[in-house]
Amino acid sequence: MPAVSKTQPKQKGDIILSVSDLSKQFQVGKHTVHALSEVSFQVKSGIVTGLIGPDGAGKTTLMRLACGLFLPDSGTVTVLGMDAAHEAIRIQQSIGYMPQRFGLYEDLSVQENLDLYADLHTLPAGKRPARYDKLLHMTGLTPFTDRLAGRLSGGMKQKLGIACALVSPPPLLILDEPTVGVDPVSRRELWDIVYSQVEEMGMSVFLSTAYLDEAEQCSEVVLMHEGKFLGQDSPDTFSAELVNRTFVIHSRGSNSNKRKLLRELSFHPQTIDVIILGDTLRLVTRESMDPKKVVNTFALDPQKWKINASKPRFEDSFIDKLKRLKGAAAENKRTVIAAAKVDKRDTGDAILVKNLRREFGDFIAVKDLSFSVGRGEIFGLLGANGAGKTTTFRMLCGLLPATSGTLQVAGHDLRAARAPARAKIGYMAQKFSLYGDLTVRQNLNFFSAAYELRGKRQKERIQWALDSFGLAEIQNSESSNLPLGYKQRLALAAALMHEPEILFLDEPTSGIDPLARREFWNHINGLADAGVTVMVTTHFMEEASYCDNLIIMARGQVLATGSPSELTARYQSPDNPEPSMEDTFIHLIEEFEQRKKRPENTTP
Amino acid sequence: MNFTRLRGLVRKESLQIIRDPSSIGIAFFLPVLLLLLFGYGVSLDARHVPLAVVVEQNSPQAMALVSGFKQSDYFLPVSMRSIQEAEQAMMQRQVDGIIWLRHNFAQELMTGSEAPVGVIVNGVDANKARLIEGYVTGVWYNWLERMTGEQGQQLKMPVTVEHRIWFNAEVNSRNYLVPGLIAIIMTLIGAMLTSMVMAREWERGTMEALMVTPVTIREITSSKIIPYFILGMGGMLLSVLMAVFLFHVPLHGSMWALLCSSSLFMFTAITMGLLISVAAKSQFVAGQIAIVITFLPAFILSGFVFDIRTMPVVIQWLTHLVAARYFVDILQTLFLAGNIWPLFLVNSAWLALMALFFLMIIKKKSHKLLE
Repeated sequence: MPAVSKTQPKQKGDIILSVSDLSKQFQVGKHTVHALSEVSFQVKSGIVTGLIGPDGAGKTTLMRLACGLFLPDSGTVTVLGMDAAHEAIRIQQSIGYMPQRFGLYEDLSVQENLDLYADLHTLPAGKRPARYDKLLHMTGLTPFTDRLAGRLSGGMKQKLGIACALVSPPPLLILDEPTVGVDPVSRRELWDIVYSQVEEMGMSVFLSTAYLDEAEQCSEVVLMHEGKFLGQDSPDTFSAELVNRTFVIHSRGSNSNKRKLLRELSFHPQTIDVIILGDTLRLVTRESMDPKKVVNTFALDPQKWKINASKPRFEDSFIDKLKRLKGAAAENKRTVIAAAKVDKRDTGDAILVKNLRREFGDFIAVKDLSFSVGRGEIFGLLGANGAGKTTTFRMLCGLLPATSGTLQVAGHDLRAARAPARAKIGYMAQKFSLYGDLTVRQNLNFFSAAYELRGKRQKERIQWALDSFGLAEIQNSESSNLPLGYKQRLALAAALMHEPEILFLDEPTSGIDPLARREFWNHINGLADAGVTVMVTTHFMEEASYCDNLIIMARGQVLATGSPSELTARYQSPDNPEPSMEDTFIHLIEEFEQRKKRPENTTP
Repeated sequence: MNFTRLRGLVRKESLQIIRDPSSIGIAFFLPVLLLLLFGYGVSLDARHVPLAVVVEQNSPQAMALVSGFKQSDYFLPVSMRSIQEAEQAMMQRQVDGIIWLRHNFAQELMTGSEAPVGVIVNGVDANKARLIEGYVTGVWYNWLERMTGEQGQQLKMPVTVEHRIWFNAEVNSRNYLVPGLIAIIMTLIGAMLTSMVMAREWERGTMEALMVTPVTIREITSSKIIPYFILGMGGMLLSVLMAVFLFHVPLHGSMWALLCSSSLFMFTAITMGLLISVAAKSQFVAGQIAIVITFLPAFILSGFVFDIRTMPVVIQWLTHLVAARYFVDILQTLFLAGNIWPLFLVNSAWLALMALFFLMIIKKKSHKLLE
């Protein structure tokens, strides 16, 4: 493809970034990772373009290539008419870039960080005060100029990172996963900042994200998966392909058999995707049809189920595209685990928490927390970073003693009898805590031995894990070389070796691709069906919707409790007939902050 | 090189130095600790050597010899009743040597027929054994001289040695060790400081953000050299002050020569640190490499303790690659002998050459790339 002319594009719709036949490989140990394979697309100026895909899609590699931080193996990236491989320094003089960890100096104050970037971009001293004012005002950081960047919250760091990238207004702003690990309120504020730049300065923005729901905020979307380009269009066009193919199935009576229905539907050839969202099921069909036809096609009992058409989401189209890409390979992998046998006669609560409190010095991490979880229930703990999720979780697992309150797990008082309670708990940590140097089988061996399984029983359980999680073929591969989805399955298998009654999952599917996430949740649903109680923490709003019940936490307190449908129903309005879990969460946080402000204003 | 950018980076670096105790710790705490540890702990002198003295039969001559040992600063004599007891003490390492005056010592001395004093020295530490042996002989000659003088005879000795020790008249090994030690410490500090602060930028992901600005590699490199050079020189000054005022090492050479050569050496050490950071992207690895490739060779191959001329030829060649070797030479000369310009200039030229060489590699190997 011929080089784009060197004059800087200024008109809206001109090509500001162009990628052609771009490939990049990395050597990781003995393995070659194809981070990007022959990717081509173009980014238009004056709009927000989202580079969307799960972890491992090649997003960061692509952004770094565009910034001249990597050299391509083949193909070219042209930014503002300049070749990133040969004119990197000129590109770096022009663009604003924020890497994944914001690139801030944590031991420098907000002002000092801004000063540094102003110096690096040689912004004339005369222009600085006005620019600083504008950026600080826009990011709401004006009261915090003297605070060290390391002392800022995740959301504030992110805004400071953007302010630094914008110090000398660039024609193109590149943001690499700006919303990772940031609470939904700050995410929404980030989008406001981004759009203000686009509208006021005519800036072009190219950003990457692993959150599929953010695609809808972009004017145009570039979809990637495992280093390959899947498509580029406006989000509406993506969704348009799915009109009349997305449905919500409500239960008319007791919802006890929603998991059975999930299983039935997931094997149906007409099904592209089916997931549990609270009390409902969401179905994406292969062909377009009306709700009546859905009843017929899937042989649903109209006495039991009510079917409504639903607005297609971006995630639906991503799944649709992935399924087509992978073809039949993805179809029949849906194994349902014949899970642990739990005594179903025991009907008491699996987890009972009353007035739980935990203090760290003066700081109250968890404040008067009360909830109960029934057996076989999937229970979610939703909150932003710092909400007290992890502290609660650690207390429930017996890793951290409570300051006061009652804590019962599987019928045992955790404050009195920690060991017997632990024997009934399976725990899957956030980063999977596997031994990367050991093979899959060796990991299973180790974890089963750690749970005191021996001899025949140990062999049986390992075989069970290999069979039900599809790990048999890769049992001799080192676990560090496995794709994320496999690592996750292995970690789940390891946590289930001793047939626990209660399974704790800490942020189980963040960053994972939606297909792998669905597969994982199929396993979890299977376990719940067999009577295993599952407790999940997540900051991922979508994941919260998969739970039967959940509590939403902020600053150590409970903001709301209920099923996902109950919670979202609170904020239904004519403007927003189907509020998402994220909308609900933001509403709840805003209400909470306002309630907090009132007493503070009255007492000086 | 753009002045605004460089100023911004240097200011950033200085603020980080002030706020992060680890770099100040490396620059000031580490030299103090190492100097105290080595300055007091390592000594190549034999002083107050515990010595068993076995006198089987008292006589005026025997008493005179024993008192000769008692008066000597080098020995701490312990009287023992029998040679068996003394041997036992030697086995248990309570004493490092035995002086054995047999029962016939006085008689034999009069008749002058055979060697009357038995000396047994613990030879495990060959160096020390040789020192003890020498000191014992010294005491013995003193005594002999006195004895013969008292008896009005002239002791007939074929040669009388009239010795004088140059440069370190007190023959105090600390005077020789401390300047060398300063060179070793400065190697570690210069290399460790810079390699670790560069690695910190990689570790914290700030390097990535830095690279996507108009900044050039040369500006980044300079912004690391300037503040850490000043910091390192602060540590150097502290070490020199400690050497002069705490360890009382005489400084014969000029302050200017000291300042010039230390600046040159600090610069070389910092370029070594930058070179390490080309390969090491984590602080832990950078610290380890700094110790293994700068501190250890400096310790062993710089001639700070182990004389280079006694090493096998191949190892002697190898010592030319160790920058500390030149600085050890400069410092030992400046402190103990004074301004010996030919030596000073040759060593300085080597240091400058090394720094230049390192800078060239750094320039070739650093790119504004993440891979």
